[in-house]
Amino acid sequence: MTIANTIRGVGHRTVNAVWRIGLATRFFLQILRFSDTSFRRFRLIKKELFSTGVMSLIIIVVAGLFVGMVLGLQGYETLKRYGSESALGVMVALGLVRELGPVVAALLFASRAGSAMTAEIGLMKATEQISAMEMMAVNPIARIVAPRFWAGVISMPLLAALFSAMGIFGGYFVGVVQIGVDEGSFWSQMQAAVDFKHDIMNGVLKSFVFGTVVTVIALFEGYDAPPTAEGVSGATTRTVVTSSLAILMLDFVLTAMMFGGA
Amino acid sequence: MRALNFWIANLSSPALVEIRDLNFSYDKRPVLQGINMTFHKGQVIAIMGSSGCGKTTMLRHIGGALKPTKGYVKVDGQVMHELNQAGLYKMRRKMGMLFQFGALFTDMSVYDNVAFQMREHTDLPEEIIHDLVLMKLHAVGLRGTQNLMPSELSGGMARRVALARTVALDPMLIMYDEPFAGLDPISLTVVGDLIRRLNDALGATSVVVTHDVQESLKIVDYVYFMANGVIVAEGSPDEIRASDKAFVRQFVHGEMDGPVPFHYPGGDYRQDLNLRA
Amino acid sequence: MERTTLDLWVGMFVVAGIGALVMLAMKVGNLGTYNMSESYQVQAYFSNIGGLKPKASIKSAGVLVGRVVDITLDTEKYEAKVVMSIDKRYQFPKDTFASILTSGLLGEQYIGLSAGGDTETLKAGEVIKQTQSATVLEDLIGKFIYNKASEPAK
Repeated sequence: MTIANTIRGVGHRTVNAVWRIGLATRFFLQILRFSDTSFRRFRLIKKELFSTGVMSLIIIVVAGLFVGMVLGLQGYETLKRYGSESALGVMVALGLVRELGPVVAALLFASRAGSAMTAEIGLMKATEQISAMEMMAVNPIARIVAPRFWAGVISMPLLAALFSAMGIFGGYFVGVVQIGVDEGSFWSQMQAAVDFKHDIMNGVLKSFVFGTVVTVIALFEGYDAPPTAEGVSGATTRTVVTSSLAILMLDFVLTAMMFGGA
Repeated sequence: MRALNFWIANLSSPALVEIRDLNFSYDKRPVLQGINMTFHKGQVIAIMGSSGCGKTTMLRHIGGALKPTKGYVKVDGQVMHELNQAGLYKMRRKMGMLFQFGALFTDMSVYDNVAFQMREHTDLPEEIIHDLVLMKLHAVGLRGTQNLMPSELSGGMARRVALARTVALDPMLIMYDEPFAGLDPISLTVVGDLIRRLNDALGATSVVVTHDVQESLKIVDYVYFMANGVIVAEGSPDEIRASDKAFVRQFVHGEMDGPVPFHYPGGDYRQDLNLRA
Repeated sequence: MERTTLDLWVGMFVVAGIGALVMLAMKVGNLGTYNMSESYQVQAYFSNIGGLKPKASIKSAGVLVGRVVDITLDTEKYEAKVVMSIDKRYQFPKDTFASILTSGLLGEQYIGLSAGGDTETLKAGEVIKQTQSATVLEDLIGKFIYNKASEPAK
């Protein structure tokens, strides 16, 4: 009896998950369909760029700096054993540009901007603002959701680039200024090893994908939230959990596709 | 005077809203059953009933947000549930709806809230929008609040700003969902008075869904009483006050027990308490 | 929020973000030092390329002059055919010598070019005749052990 119930529970969850992925995909297509308003009136996106991009700046810059400093310290300790401290720049730069920049920035973005988006849209729904907009013959997907989506998609690569740049500066600070690795080899080895198309553009592409996924999840959870206090708080938690998992899983898939073969 | 107005309106002006044999079920649970209503131009109509009797569902049908399972709602000669998205949005531009707690856009100032529909639906230059917004705010007595955010307003003020926003494009049909809920007595009178005056000034038709009997009887032309998804009584305010139907009497005079029972249906009380007879 | 303040902040954010990207491209990546668009391609055959990979650097006198574009096995000679893309600014004589070298003991492998004395220069699509294959560590060790073993015992 209990085994049957457990199996039924697993089945229910699976069906539910597939159902929600389908709904989110349809929601994403709707966003794309009703995006023309956002681009005709770019002010709408600009306003959201402020609340997603500018408001996430501090956390991104500070986190990037510290992650870079830790990388510098740990990398030095490890590379020292093989006598190749001069490769510190390569390690810091590749680690940040390929992986940590896009991934950590996206995780921070999901918990900073994504959760805020879910809560805002969920509350708009709970206080009937979305119904009110529909009654005013204004499509809420075009007016509320799409500008936030595009702001997220534009912000994410910029934030990831800032994160990587700050991280490399942090690694430089610890490695070169504090420990005393040779400055010339730090930069020159980095430049010789980091390829613009292969490493930097792939990093940008990753953060673009993460930005799209995180924003769609955040907006979908908000738009789909039950219009109650528990509903909105549950949706906010789900945004952070689901988008974090999605980022890490997609990162593996993208990494395998981009760097796996070569 | 009002009775005379109503009588004239009834004779001369065509019906703006016609509801015929409207049925609606939610998950096989019937919410509305065989509703018939007619709203004429210039009228203020009240739909009353206790909470959960299907009043708000009625409004959502008039706004075209729900599809009836049977029957139809006709607004200005068009059946709402047969309109496509574009037709529905075109129709809604001629409607205004005031939501229960105002539903002001919390990320915009009072000014931007009132200007919202003008900016979305018209190509008016910003100077004209500015003048129109101030006129609408002046009409509800809140011209000084234009730079405030909705969170800085009291409940009554928010309701009045929402009212100004509702009438921003001079709609022909204005719907009010519980406009009196949670208001102090002064705000209540102010909002009630505004509903009547705005309706007459705009030459519009207003539908007020409410359970506030005394306030609404003062301002409306015609009343529909609903209970459990059917119309149980209708008439002019005077007829309602004089009615001897048990349900109407209970509602108008706020009696505790009557056709609407005090107790939610439950099992036998003594059995629930584990008493042995 | 005033419209102008909002514009200012958003503007600063976008400029900072694009600035970071440009900094990554120029200072961290190789876009500042090496440009793929102005280059010409030459080929070379090696009997063994060791661990050489596409995008490996090509250096002459330690200066980065190009990158490996493509590595294939030529089934007529059974030798590795390496296509190299070299910066247009650098011209090499026809008898240039290409060898596969390793940076450090265990580092990445790259191609080193040492110029000969010919007056004619390599043109796009031409083949570098003189090559030296990668030094495979296992062979070296094997040779070392063989030499040791063949030494007369003291």
